[in-house]
Amino acid sequence: MISALMAVAGQTARLSLRGGGALIGVVFFLAVVTVVPFGVGPDLKLLARIGPAMLWIGALLATLLNLDRLFRDDREDGSLDLLILAELPLELTVLAKCAGAWLATGLPLVVAAPFLGILLGLEPPALAATTVTLLVGTPALTLIGAVGAALVAALGRGALLVAVLVLPFTIPVLIFGVSAASAVVVGPTPFLPPFLILAALTLASAVIAPIAGAAALRAGPD
Amino acid sequence: MRLTGSGLTVVRNGRSVFSDLSFGLTSGELLAVTGANGAGKSTLLRVVAGLLAPAAGSISLEAAPASGVASELHYLGHLDGLKATLTVWRNLVFWRALWGGGRAIEPALEAVSLGNLVDFPVSVLSAGQRRRLAIARLLVADRALWLLDEPATSLDEAGEAMLGRLLSAHLDAGGMAMVATHRDLPLPPTATLSLGAA
Repeated sequence: MISALMAVAGQTARLSLRGGGALIGVVFFLAVVTVVPFGVGPDLKLLARIGPAMLWIGALLATLLNLDRLFRDDREDGSLDLLILAELPLELTVLAKCAGAWLATGLPLVVAAPFLGILLGLEPPALAATTVTLLVGTPALTLIGAVGAALVAALGRGALLVAVLVLPFTIPVLIFGVSAASAVVVGPTPFLPPFLILAALTLASAVIAPIAGAAALRAGPD
Repeated sequence: MRLTGSGLTVVRNGRSVFSDLSFGLTSGELLAVTGANGAGKSTLLRVVAGLLAPAAGSISLEAAPASGVASELHYLGHLDGLKATLTVWRNLVFWRALWGGGRAIEPALEAVSLGNLVDFPVSVLSAGQRRRLAIARLLVADRALWLLDEPATSLDEAGEAMLGRLLSAHLDAGGMAMVATHRDLPLPPTATLSLGAA
């Protein structure tokens, strides 16, 4: 079963990298972050204050951008039927696909975040805090997005629908991610409580999202 | 091992595809499912696979393992289920790992005459070669029941003969096969299930 999980995660990551997933996400992330200073003006203090929020919003949009094909390709080429029929429970297949998708599209965003943070004038502690919150929080974004992707695969509709469906559910992740990262920049609120809630959101979505995603995929073929 | 379908009724989009359909299949038997376009051949195979739920009736596999019918079957739909950007080799390795099949990959590729295309991406393969690769997937894990939906689509004459050899080897080993087709199969079926056009 472990080797089956690894196979699903590995294939998802490989397909996403072949399709340019990681690069598209990082370029989109870079685009969002670089236009912000032009929009709000060269006030370094202001930029440093809103920097973590900008990085988080960029990561959120870049993650959702990449997810719409997660199950649609499998449905279109017929692999989805075989994944549903396999002994591996579909819930675990969905979880493994999320893991693969995160490795290919989420992790590059986390790695890029400190470098983009420099563009926004973030101090080293703020850079570290933002990167850590992204590392802990982006898996939740991928998992929640996967539920939308599974629903959209069944409907056969496009990418925008995933974003519209999923965005409301990602708001808590955004709120606690940004408040943990901002706590380091602005003070006096502590870093740990929102950070722990962020970790809890990721863990909870790791349980709920595979079940919801599998249900959406099973309902699809009819 | 015996596969039995009894009193199967399938309704799709409010339209009855077929009703009160029964069939039986034992080890070493080949059941051909024939009928006009739209008669419900593919639907029947999807119902047997468990991808569609029948409105009435049941499917049972005697001596089935606890994990159910799905773990004892191979389903080859009209879509090939291949990833175009990955190589022939990668595609087969993936399904073998997912199914936990212990069969080697080279003999499976040799059996469908794709041994010289191992490192090519599936995107450069022709439709017939993709079909051959989809058939090779049946060989990387051992399953008692093959459900094949128009397996000979895009295959050339040599490909059809190859399909016949693989099917008869599978049946000789005690397997079962249900093949939906509207052409003559490369080997004579044990029984034919004729679906009337709805």
